[in-house]
Amino acid sequence: MVSGVSRIRKFEMPDLGEGLTEGEILRWFVKVGDTIAQNQPIVEVETAKAAVEIPAKWPGRVTAIFHEEGATVDVGAPIIAIDTDPEAGDPPADDAPADGPAYVAEERTAVLVGYGPKTGAAKRRARKTATNGMAAAVGGAAVEPAAPPVPAPVPAPAPAVPVSVAAPVSSAPAGGRPAAVGPRVPVLAKPPVRKLAKDLGVDLTALTGSGPLGSITREDVQAATSAAAPAPAMAATAVAAPAFGPDREQRTPIKGVRKLTAENMVASAFTAPHVTEFLTVDVTRGVRALDRLRERAEWRDARISPLLLVAKAVLLGIRRYPMINSTWSAATNEIIIKEYVNLGIAAATERGLIVPNIKDAGRLTLRDLADELTALVRTAKAGRTSPADMAGGTFSITNVGVFGVDTGTPILPPGEAAILALGAIREQPWVHKGKIRARQVTTLGMSFDHRIIDGELGSKFLRDVGAFLSDPEAALLAWT
Amino acid sequence: MAKGDRGARLRDRRTAGPPPAEPGAPLGDDLVQLLTPEGERIDRVTGPDGVEYSVDFSDSEYRGLYRDLVVVRRLDAESTALQRQGELGIWASLLGQEAAQVGSGRALRPQDMAFPTYREHGVLYCRGIDPIMPLGLFRGVDQGAWDPVEHKFNMYTIVIGAQTLHATGYAMGIAMDGKVGNSDDPADGEAVIAYFGDGATSQGDVNEAFIWSSVYHAPIVFFCQNNQYAISEPIERQTRIPLYRRAAGFGFPGVRVDGNDVLATYAVTRHALDNARHGQGPTMIEAHTYRMGAHTTTDDPTRYRGISEVEAWQAKDPIARVRAFLAKQQIADAGFFTEVDEQATAEAMSLRERVLAMPDPEPVTLFDHVFVDETPQIRQQRARFVEYQASFEGSGH
Repeated sequence: MVSGVSRIRKFEMPDLGEGLTEGEILRWFVKVGDTIAQNQPIVEVETAKAAVEIPAKWPGRVTAIFHEEGATVDVGAPIIAIDTDPEAGDPPADDAPADGPAYVAEERTAVLVGYGPKTGAAKRRARKTATNGMAAAVGGAAVEPAAPPVPAPVPAPAPAVPVSVAAPVSSAPAGGRPAAVGPRVPVLAKPPVRKLAKDLGVDLTALTGSGPLGSITREDVQAATSAAAPAPAMAATAVAAPAFGPDREQRTPIKGVRKLTAENMVASAFTAPHVTEFLTVDVTRGVRALDRLRERAEWRDARISPLLLVAKAVLLGIRRYPMINSTWSAATNEIIIKEYVNLGIAAATERGLIVPNIKDAGRLTLRDLADELTALVRTAKAGRTSPADMAGGTFSITNVGVFGVDTGTPILPPGEAAILALGAIREQPWVHKGKIRARQVTTLGMSFDHRIIDGELGSKFLRDVGAFLSDPEAALLAWT
Repeated sequence: MAKGDRGARLRDRRTAGPPPAEPGAPLGDDLVQLLTPEGERIDRVTGPDGVEYSVDFSDSEYRGLYRDLVVVRRLDAESTALQRQGELGIWASLLGQEAAQVGSGRALRPQDMAFPTYREHGVLYCRGIDPIMPLGLFRGVDQGAWDPVEHKFNMYTIVIGAQTLHATGYAMGIAMDGKVGNSDDPADGEAVIAYFGDGATSQGDVNEAFIWSSVYHAPIVFFCQNNQYAISEPIERQTRIPLYRRAAGFGFPGVRVDGNDVLATYAVTRHALDNARHGQGPTMIEAHTYRMGAHTTTDDPTRYRGISEVEAWQAKDPIARVRAFLAKQQIADAGFFTEVDEQATAEAMSLRERVLAMPDPEPVTLFDHVFVDETPQIRQQRARFVEYQASFEGSGH
């Protein structure tokens, strides 16, 4: 480090995990103008290996943030500028971080493997005139003696403009390889990437690869779904106080979760013929069963909600009617019935609707299921749901009842054969043992893919779910 | 163990065949503990090996242990931050394992030799080595620069479990040198301690070390920090019996200690080392603890274990219990705690400054430590390399 470094210091994206070349900004914890302490967490970054919080390298005041949330940033590129002596008045003009067109590395960026951070066009030191055979042999044909610096094949970094979002990966294939056009060529992608694309419902042939030889990378697939994650703060603000222009219209770019949701819904609605059935049930006994559960010592610290009961009902129903938990695979001309149930729970978050799922929920005890539900919702609300959490769902539940509505006609998540909507549970007049009583009543709505599930099967399943909710003890005795 | 977390679910799903004999077996009488998580002191306790354990510390010794724990944790936190800031290539945090390391590290006598993994920063600190030393290694500017002979603390070993064989050989060596079992005077004999984790117990090297040291009655203590995970693999997937009970099969005693209890760890380790130096052969200690952080800075533990599990272990924090004990017994006051925190911060800041000032090594130094004595071939290679470097414009570096 050079002594007398400038007051404004730029922190570069570090190599967070043994040879990584980039990271995605997940969340900023600070904003321009904030005063920060040394080691105070400033940003959460997700790499191929982990999502980690980065602590501030220097105390001071934030003067610039160079990348928005959702941007993928190369290791070595500056992400934040900090005035390390904010008490000393305005920094000199030439110290301002924003106007330098080319970024000059001032800090050492440690990397373990690879060729180091791409902080500029790679320069190769010129060789002196080869005077002996040894040097020529070592240099080989790759370096001409006394050649001028060889321009590197890597693209020059974009000027560090504050709050510039990195261009989507898919639109800028590395190395300037032209996108494949004309006759369809086989898609290059490694098996795990193909699996990921399948799980996320991404069409590989529609993507342009950014990997070697134009192959599609994991990042490309994720970029096609969630990479363009919106800044939640901005979205929230927009909802709270719409910023209307002079034409009294507000325009929000369609991207991120909204875009993904739209694509999924359109794809699902126009490929799977939906049938929706309704069932209104008296769930008084089920609600009471939950109350009794709450009194048990081993359940004392658990969160118990009607959703738990519904989840259990669904899991038991699937065990009786496995076809409910299946997928229509047009590509292979098969119906795939799954033994495992990855139970999706639709969650409204600041970023929009997401449907994380509980993996292999059918094998969990009720207590474990309760904890998983709690953790899933907590993670979703905190905005920490990972793509893996959302991939591979096999049956989903949407609890629209929490918004006070009776029920709905849910649209299937792509690849799933059925989805259940849970309406609000209200006290209503109900004929109970021959008399009209005030009972806890709710309406279930279930949509299913009629290519796979006929009315008979769907009705039986829905009836069983209802039967469990209205008398869980008897259903358990009868079915397990 | 907490229920219903992701880790438990993974364990459940991946279990092939019948479940382990003792899945998450409750820790009962076989856990040596002298200080409860609430800071209650247990006077003496009999371990599963039939030995009665206790400690007899002065007030200043108690305070000293607390000081070690706090400083070691603070330095570790600073190192993690330095990695996140791009100043270290990687860091293996010891967070949560401070008591296991300080307790065993302080139990070593000056003449004892320690063989660490790559996570024994606390033991290194107790050996009187400048805590900057491992940071050079993890920054990639040296190979670990302390003198293993001077400090009786070997170089960090990255290869899992390999050091147990080195330690066994060393222990057999000191026995052959006549440094073991000469008298009952603790100052008179030497002993060896080999550190490793629960994951290493699945390594062939470790099992070989057990066999050799058992057969040769080597003066060695196998100190296993069972932090519950071999990176992401939970302990239930690694063994069907508590690890310490494996020792019996090899023919030496095993004992399980609360690795978050610095007093019990000290007592058990001191006893095992003294046994070894007096010619009583090896002991395996399983220090039952928990890695609160990631395996290394490259790891993301939220992918394989749940918050509830981590929270359950937070309640067993190794430092909080000592602090509660010191306060309750009026061995230390608020001023002491503040002073220790300030010392820890000062040491951390000094560590940071010195790490940032570490020079990058000259490329030619890569030839320096290949062999103890330089060979003609190395000399020749170095000369060629220097010549090659000099062939560039503006050479020198």
